Amino acid sequence: MILPDKTTLIEDAIAGIRDGATVMLGGFGVPGTPFTLIRELVRQGQRDLTIIKNDANEAGMGVDHLLANGQVARLITTHIGLNPRAVAMLNSGEIDVEFCAQGILAERVRAGGAGLKAILTDIAMQTELGAGKPRIEVNGAEAMVETALRADVALLHADQADVFGNLDYAATARNFNPLMAMAADHVIAEAEAVLPLGDLPPDEVHTPGPFVDQVVRLDALSEEYGVVRR
Amino acid sequence: MISRAAREIAPGMVVNLGIGLPTKVVDHLAPDFPVCLHTENGLTGIGPTLPVEDADRNLIDAGGAYVSTIPGSAFFDSATSFSLVRSGRLDLTMLGAFEVAQNGDLANWKIPGKFSPGAGGGVELAQKAQRVVVLSTHTDRSGKPKLLADCTLPLTAKGCVDRIFTDMAVVDVTPQGFALREIAEGVSVDQVIAATDAELSLPDGEISVF
Repeated sequence: MILPDKTTLIEDAIAGIRDGATVMLGGFGVPGTPFTLIRELVRQGQRDLTIIKNDANEAGMGVDHLLANGQVARLITTHIGLNPRAVAMLNSGEIDVEFCAQGILAERVRAGGAGLKAILTDIAMQTELGAGKPRIEVNGAEAMVETALRADVALLHADQADVFGNLDYAATARNFNPLMAMAADHVIAEAEAVLPLGDLPPDEVHTPGPFVDQVVRLDALSEEYGVVRR
Repeated sequence: MISRAAREIAPGMVVNLGIGLPTKVVDHLAPDFPVCLHTENGLTGIGPTLPVEDADRNLIDAGGAYVSTIPGSAFFDSATSFSLVRSGRLDLTMLGAFEVAQNGDLANWKIPGKFSPGAGGGVELAQKAQRVVVLSTHTDRSGKPKLLADCTLPLTAKGCVDRIFTDMAVVDVTPQGFALREIAEGVSVDQVIAATDAELSLPDGEISVF
């Protein structure tokens, strides 16, 4: 037996995203953000997207290009304070923003990936982040329903992949990537190195290949991946 | 104030230092002090902050500073990171504040109409850390007290704050409200009272100075 090769040209991978799609983006700040896949999504110009990402990156990086190009209708996120355009578009009503506590965003994505419909939590139950969400009693205590999140497409950034789509993330670039890998109907991973089968030791695989549909090899890293000089 | 706050960290603790003033606390810990620092973007065992020329582009803390690992560090995903927070493994968090109420309510994520960047991981840190201490100036830039009878801004978490370190004082949140524990050198008790917009109980006898 041999595991199938999922390496794909970036143009073909991103062309599968439709207008109106819900798209998960890995990353926390720079590390783990699939900047090259996002650039291609900007080039192709799919519109009316719902973006699910921890943050909105910074000016001139990642999500900021999608916002500047008018491709985003809705953002489900935890913190956009480092992106003035995102804050301005929220304030002007140009985009709809749903804020979520960070670990609850992670659990909603994980639940979506695990085939669950929702999670029950007490986080943010007594704040405006919890306003309007259903409450139920669990073992005598009140809990709040947070619905699971799934997406049409997840775009991930891996340090290393093999051609089957086993993924390995570097340092704090792991963040939301392995959770989103499980929570979308179609998963596209860009990788800094794409290895032959067998070169990624099974014990070092963070995301198993069956979760990944397409692997895009990064020939070069743009400036966006670099160290930010603030 | 920062060096005084650093003494709040006991040997063996798992600690998350929030963005802003709290991150400076680490500069006051001895290199051989046994403590595990956590950052919610997926690292325990945070090592020294690095200048950009030495930075690893994939190794940041939640505030975006370039940090390093130390022997024993671990990386993990965001769900694991907040499992650590919500399950009670985080002994202490130090957070910034816009407002703290005398019942321990904390507001530090939103000023309606002016500033609404989202709370990031702050809600879970405030609600679930075993001990929550606030590091903040005693008043805001316009001189308005931050320690209040009731918060006016949207809350991060209710009744979560245990202790407040300011440039003027150390104040505990007790079932009876704010209790003044220590004052900064050169500050009088009357000045602290005047800069606090809530009842402040005073210690018996002489107050210690930090």
